[in-house]
Amino acid sequence: MRIHLDRDKCIGSGQCVLAAPEWFDQDEDGIAVVLVESVPEKEWDEVNRAAYTCPALAISLGSE
Amino acid sequence: MDRTPQCPLDLPVELRELAERSPVSRVRIWDGSTAWLITGYAEARAVLTDPRASSDQRLPGYTFAAPQAKAFHTRNRSMPTVDDPEHAYLRRMVTADFSHRKAEALRPVFQRTVDELVDAMLAAGNTADLFADLAVPMSSKAICEVLGVHHSEGERFAALGRIMAVPGSPDAVHSRVVEDMRALLGSLVRQARTEPGDGVIGHLVRAGELPDEEIIATALLVMAAGHGATAHMTTLGTMALLTHPDQLALVRDSRDPAFIANAVEELLRYLSVAHLGRRRVAKEDLEVAGVLIRKGEGIIVATDTANHDPRAFDGDPDALDLHRDARHHLAFGFGVHQCLGQQLSRVLLQVVYGTLYRRIPTLELAIPVDQISYKLDLAIYGVNELPVKW
Repeated sequence: MRIHLDRDKCIGSGQCVLAAPEWFDQDEDGIAVVLVESVPEKEWDEVNRAAYTCPALAISLGSE
Repeated sequence: MDRTPQCPLDLPVELRELAERSPVSRVRIWDGSTAWLITGYAEARAVLTDPRASSDQRLPGYTFAAPQAKAFHTRNRSMPTVDDPEHAYLRRMVTADFSHRKAEALRPVFQRTVDELVDAMLAAGNTADLFADLAVPMSSKAICEVLGVHHSEGERFAALGRIMAVPGSPDAVHSRVVEDMRALLGSLVRQARTEPGDGVIGHLVRAGELPDEEIIATALLVMAAGHGATAHMTTLGTMALLTHPDQLALVRDSRDPAFIANAVEELLRYLSVAHLGRRRVAKEDLEVAGVLIRKGEGIIVATDTANHDPRAFDGDPDALDLHRDARHHLAFGFGVHQCLGQQLSRVLLQVVYGTLYRRIPTLELAIPVDQISYKLDLAIYGVNELPVKW
């Protein structure tokens, strides 16, 4: 699974970092960044949760 | 809406009945007008992320929660009352101060604050009012820290904060109190113009993009939105735990930060203290669960009811279950207007719940539970006094 993040949509809620800290962080302006784009299957739950709880719907998940 | 006196933490019966019938209902509100009430979880998410559902309070059809809210927000135009792109422009200027990392960095500061307040409670005897002696000063100090209010001004800030901590009350929106707070924040902004410190005010001054008046409006928003909600979550959360002793024991005996964090999410969901709904107005026609909402019609998203939607939460959503996975709750709202201070609020609540019952394991209510009086008409549901003993 591959993470796509639309940084223009991000509102800096921090929800992705809370849900999946191994995959997301916030830069010095508080806007989300993806740490690793490619997610192995055993980590899908965390990353799915990050996408689901993103209030700005800025995260989409696609196939590799 | 009234709640059943015997079950003060349950949703109002009327709201529950509407939710059982349909996730979208037509309702009549306090000023005689009608609006759409969204009670379903999926429908709430859909409306709150739909750009056609506007937060602009100047648009005709916008439904205010109460006359006081109308007066306050008409005077104080800020982030929650405008749409993108204006909203995004204002929010981006302060996102750095409310990030997950920033909140975690403040954890030791919040811990010290809570420890000092609990020390003072213990030193003063074996009774306290949890709202006035812990929740309000804790929340006030945390907001001073976030805004960058100097300690010399802290007392004056706290005094005004005590009044504003009862959001929506005639006193809290009383123009004199708000004007006093505005004047205090104004002097802080002017000080920061010569010597910008840390915190939201200093950062906005350094950024150099906003005039004083707009920096004051942002600071006032942080104060008005964050202070009361966190204070009431602390008090009402404690009340909920004291009346659910099995759940209280789980928090008191846990040394696992992940469990405390989960407990905070469940308490946020269960209590949903922002209980008057998120208000929107349709800028264009939109359809929700097969219902057509026409341009100009008001929408009230009942996030408290959505947080009790059995389609969205496992088990019995009306029960408090600290082991439940409730992390997708809407207590902080959803969409681009979701609470700016949520990560700070989470950390502060984790600190206070994780500390208070551990340090005072014999904590109990000092009055019978049916003598507690609730504030139904305020923007944040809560009790403005919680006598406790140990």
